[in-house]
Amino acid sequence: MTTIYEQRPGLSRRELLKRGTIGAALIITGKAVISPDRAWGMEAAALKPETMATLIKLARDIYPHDSVPDRFYAIAVKGHDTKAAGDAAHKELIEAGVADLDKRAGAGGYRGLGWEDDRVAILRDIEATPFFQAVRGDLVVSFYNQKELWPHFGYEGESYSKGGYIARGFDDIEWL
Amino acid sequence: MAAPYDLNDDSVVVIIGSGAGGGTLGNELAQKGIDVVVLEAGARIEYEDFINDEWDSFAQLAWLDHRTTGGGWRVSKDFPNLPAWIVKAVGGTTTHWAGASLRFQEHEFKALTNYGKVEGANLLDWPLTLAELEPYYTKAEDKMGVTRTHGIEGLPGNNNFKILKAGADKLGYKECHTGRMAINSAERDDRMSCQQTGFCFQGCKWGAKWSTLYTEIPKGEATGKLEVRPNSHVIRIEHDADGKVTNVVYADKDGNLQSQKARIVCVAGNSIESPRLLLNSASNLFPDGLANSSGQVGKNYMRHTTGSVYAVFEKPVHFYRGTTMAGIVQDEARHDPSRGFVGGYELETLALGVPFMAAFLDPGGWGRAFTSAMDNYANMAGLWIVGEDMPQESNAVKLHAELKDKYGMPIPDVWFTDHANDVAMRNHAYRQGQAIYEAVGATRSFPTPPYPSTHNLGTNRMSEKASDGVVNKWGQTHDIKNLFVSDGSQFTTGAAENPTLTIVTLAIRQADYIAQEMAAGTI
Repeated sequence: MTTIYEQRPGLSRRELLKRGTIGAALIITGKAVISPDRAWGMEAAALKPETMATLIKLARDIYPHDSVPDRFYAIAVKGHDTKAAGDAAHKELIEAGVADLDKRAGAGGYRGLGWEDDRVAILRDIEATPFFQAVRGDLVVSFYNQKELWPHFGYEGESYSKGGYIARGFDDIEWL
Repeated sequence: MAAPYDLNDDSVVVIIGSGAGGGTLGNELAQKGIDVVVLEAGARIEYEDFINDEWDSFAQLAWLDHRTTGGGWRVSKDFPNLPAWIVKAVGGTTTHWAGASLRFQEHEFKALTNYGKVEGANLLDWPLTLAELEPYYTKAEDKMGVTRTHGIEGLPGNNNFKILKAGADKLGYKECHTGRMAINSAERDDRMSCQQTGFCFQGCKWGAKWSTLYTEIPKGEATGKLEVRPNSHVIRIEHDADGKVTNVVYADKDGNLQSQKARIVCVAGNSIESPRLLLNSASNLFPDGLANSSGQVGKNYMRHTTGSVYAVFEKPVHFYRGTTMAGIVQDEARHDPSRGFVGGYELETLALGVPFMAAFLDPGGWGRAFTSAMDNYANMAGLWIVGEDMPQESNAVKLHAELKDKYGMPIPDVWFTDHANDVAMRNHAYRQGQAIYEAVGATRSFPTPPYPSTHNLGTNRMSEKASDGVVNKWGQTHDIKNLFVSDGSQFTTGAAENPTLTIVTLAIRQADYIAQEMAAGTI
């Protein structure tokens, strides 16, 4: 099972600094990917933790929302790890796809490329591949279908239990 | 109390499908004392069980049986196994529809006469006139409680409508209002009024929007003359040596095959499943499928010329609040070839939630061009284009050459390519839609491609001559007297209007005809 947990105890700040961060943010230790502020961590079951970290970066490059924290991208891609655990072909698709991204990026790998534009240029070259299609096609649902994320977009979701909007601003526009 | 009929009862009318056509026809016949069995492929989900969540609702209601697509339409690339966004449940797509209920215009019944021969199009006049249908349109509007008809007040406009109206006024459009909607603006017919909840596409949890699920069907059942069998997926229709249909073979809820005898069979499975069923019912006597002497079964598939325009404003709109289809501009619905195309189109407000906006705004899109649009979701307004598309023989629902469903029947393969007229109309509508929003200060707008089809039409079309189409002016097949088509697949041409009101109108009229012919002993 892929597990995501918040406020993971354990590693000291000092240890984290020692292990270092790859790219700008995420920390990889053992089978886990941990956010630098340790607000959340994700344990990988089938895919390499480095692969999960790259998937999180890739997810943000595909759907960049700068004020949305990494946690939502991590939740959105964890399905690939879960699926890979029971599906060898999917595991190969993802691992090979990420390895290809790293190869195209050169020394330092995909996460080592500092500018989004440089990473996106690689993605434009591979956007027709089954790997990219699988990641993007899953992500458009797994990312945007997170209810906790809807307030970021100003979307209020379910409204029946609140009696609809008849008394809650369906016609409240004032600037027109 | 709902009547249970015996499988060997050969006096019943069997209706396949319980949506706008089948559900209405079933009730109308039952009200006349005729025994009816409605076979519905989907489950019975009552309205309190509908879900205010786009993907969860989609999983609950959508028709997700395996289908394939082909042709030049973008849907085939973006959603290769989802040609249509329609419903598999009791009530059919009347659970999902937005509620827009517009009569066809007089000239639209005579498309060939009025538009002339259009290269590459298979245009034909309906064997009907608006005048013939008017009394039935009146009955349908009354039945459905259509706003702005019969003295029924219009719905109040939400924020999305207010923007549309302000833009339409600036462009000089004259016919912009909150629509003729089969959504209660006040309590009516024991159903409550619209609570501006949004989620019209996910099934109205108040029952304020008309659906056969909680109007026609329970009313029919109350007569004791109508039985609805959910989870009954029809496999084929069989006939006797004289070519009269005799029984319908279906898989029941456990997957076991059953055979229901019938005096008359009415097919109302929407424009993909209805022709598929006729084609899959091929026999020695009818090697090309039932009612297919014209070769037109499955042909002339129409889906309306659609598309959307979304626009971003400086300040919040919250367009998802309230009725999904909250207003309309009708000025472009006229036939005016000076615009560079024949036929016309309507502009109707539309809103999607974040999950579906992400899936449909620019299918396959990604990167900052996409996400900066999504980041402005709360400041968006939106409209949907619905216009007349050209029937073309090559646009068709075919049987897949290899793939079969779990009952061993070939699955449908849905082919569609825009006609040049469709493209010209859509581009015109994109320009007008964007102009409406720019007139009221849009900072950015998006000409969004068509979604999987909700308006599926024309695949068993109505014609004067048996050689031109599948059914006559009553929806009775030219070839088999006791076989009828009762859904939008009868449409000879698509017109610019949302089809449900006309499907209901034709079903009411067809019920009169069936009752009259049964009484006369001709069928």
